[in-house]
Amino acid sequence: MELDFRVPTQHQVQRDWSPYSMNGGTVLALAGEDFAVIASDTRLSEGFQIYSRDYPKTYQLSDNMVLGCCGFHGDVLTVTKNIKSRIKDYEHLHRKKMSCAAVAQRLSVMLYSRRFFPYYAFNILAGLDNEGRGCVYSFDVVGSYDRETYRAGGSASSMLQPLLDNQARRQNTLRGSHLGKIRRKTGRIY
Amino acid sequence: MAGAVSVEMPRGGFSFELCKRNAALAAAGMKPPTPVKTGTTIAGLIFKDGVVLGADTRATEGSVVADKNCAKIHYMAKNIYCCGAGTAADTEYTTLQISSELELHRLETGRKPRVGTALRMLKQHLFHYQGHIGAYLVLGGVDITGPNLYTVHAHGSTDKLPYVSMGSGSLAAMATFEDRFRPNMDVSVKTFKFGISRKSEKEAVQLVRDAIVAGIFNDLGSGSNVDICIITADKTEYIRPFDVANEKGERTGDYRYARGTTAVLETSVRKFEVTSETVTSAEPMES
Repeated sequence: MELDFRVPTQHQVQRDWSPYSMNGGTVLALAGEDFAVIASDTRLSEGFQIYSRDYPKTYQLSDNMVLGCCGFHGDVLTVTKNIKSRIKDYEHLHRKKMSCAAVAQRLSVMLYSRRFFPYYAFNILAGLDNEGRGCVYSFDVVGSYDRETYRAGGSASSMLQPLLDNQARRQNTLRGSHLGKIRRKTGRIY
Repeated sequence: MAGAVSVEMPRGGFSFELCKRNAALAAAGMKPPTPVKTGTTIAGLIFKDGVVLGADTRATEGSVVADKNCAKIHYMAKNIYCCGAGTAADTEYTTLQISSELELHRLETGRKPRVGTALRMLKQHLFHYQGHIGAYLVLGGVDITGPNLYTVHAHGSTDKLPYVSMGSGSLAAMATFEDRFRPNMDVSVKTFKFGISRKSEKEAVQLVRDAIVAGIFNDLGSGSNVDICIITADKTEYIRPFDVANEKGERTGDYRYARGTTAVLETSVRKFEVTSETVTSAEPMES
């Protein structure tokens, strides 16, 4: 009887180069009755190294709109550059200012166009809608988006979002988790 | 023969029994739990009268800070301390184990423990486990032969040097040392006040503090405060924290919950009346 001493070997080639890298950063946005707030940290890093201590993740797109964008910095730069360009195109073509909703839609289409090699950027758009009310749109890497009252995105999003859920929405409290108006001064809802 | 039971003696060394199970689980798609790593800056140097050890106080679990103020300078003996980088549990338990063995050895020999003894115990323990115990240590102390400073790596290799650094912030710390270290620096072992670094500090402690601070501010795996341990022939000073380099930010809002935030479904109050009190002494166990 022959004993089989063959050992199964791995024939897969493991590639260790990635086109992406994580440069960190967190963005937070909140919409109120007649205002919107957007904030970000200012650290740019890779692994344990710091690239910059003063590099905000917020990009002003127009008079009434700011885009918070973080993740892979290479794609962040491209996404912000391209969306700014598209806004200019729109304003020249239609001779009117591009609304928040329109920018959100345009950004979604841009992100989905790279469905199979995504822009590794977490976007949150904050501004005022056509009625003058605050609006916040949040996106995933491939362009799925929704209008929300508040959203945290980026590396610390899992730490910020629950606080917002509790404070801005009264989640997990007796008074119930219904959406309410956010007061400008205190940020509390009543 | 009938009635004979063969007892399998426990074999020494690492038990690899669970490795097959872990591999199967990983293949099924389960992610293993991430060990807490002390992405760290630890450093030490030898000065005229002894050894100064320093460490930061951040412990990380991936990209989350697991502990903002953990103690990385471990007690080995009254005259020997050990800083640990790498897997937190490994550094903790390895130093505890060798500290215990060292104490037994001290009682056996009747002599003050030597740093070389601790070193030999540590490296033989780590080599035995072939690097699977992720402990990267800076061992320092003063014994009858004088001040001694060593580094120990997880696989069991050691180095004897006048100044050392380990951990993810070791490059930042070493850059500081290479710039300013001189042999036989002076430090007067004064009592340093909590959290205040005074201008009158002497060179060696200041240099170690600066090396750790370089790691804290330039390495994301290190952070929070600086702990220092100064060991000389006659005494040891363990100062924790030596320098509170990062104060926790103060909250500007008040997030306390009003009464009624949590629903009270039922309230029941039961009164307990103390009728009598008796004291009984514990009985010693029968041997």
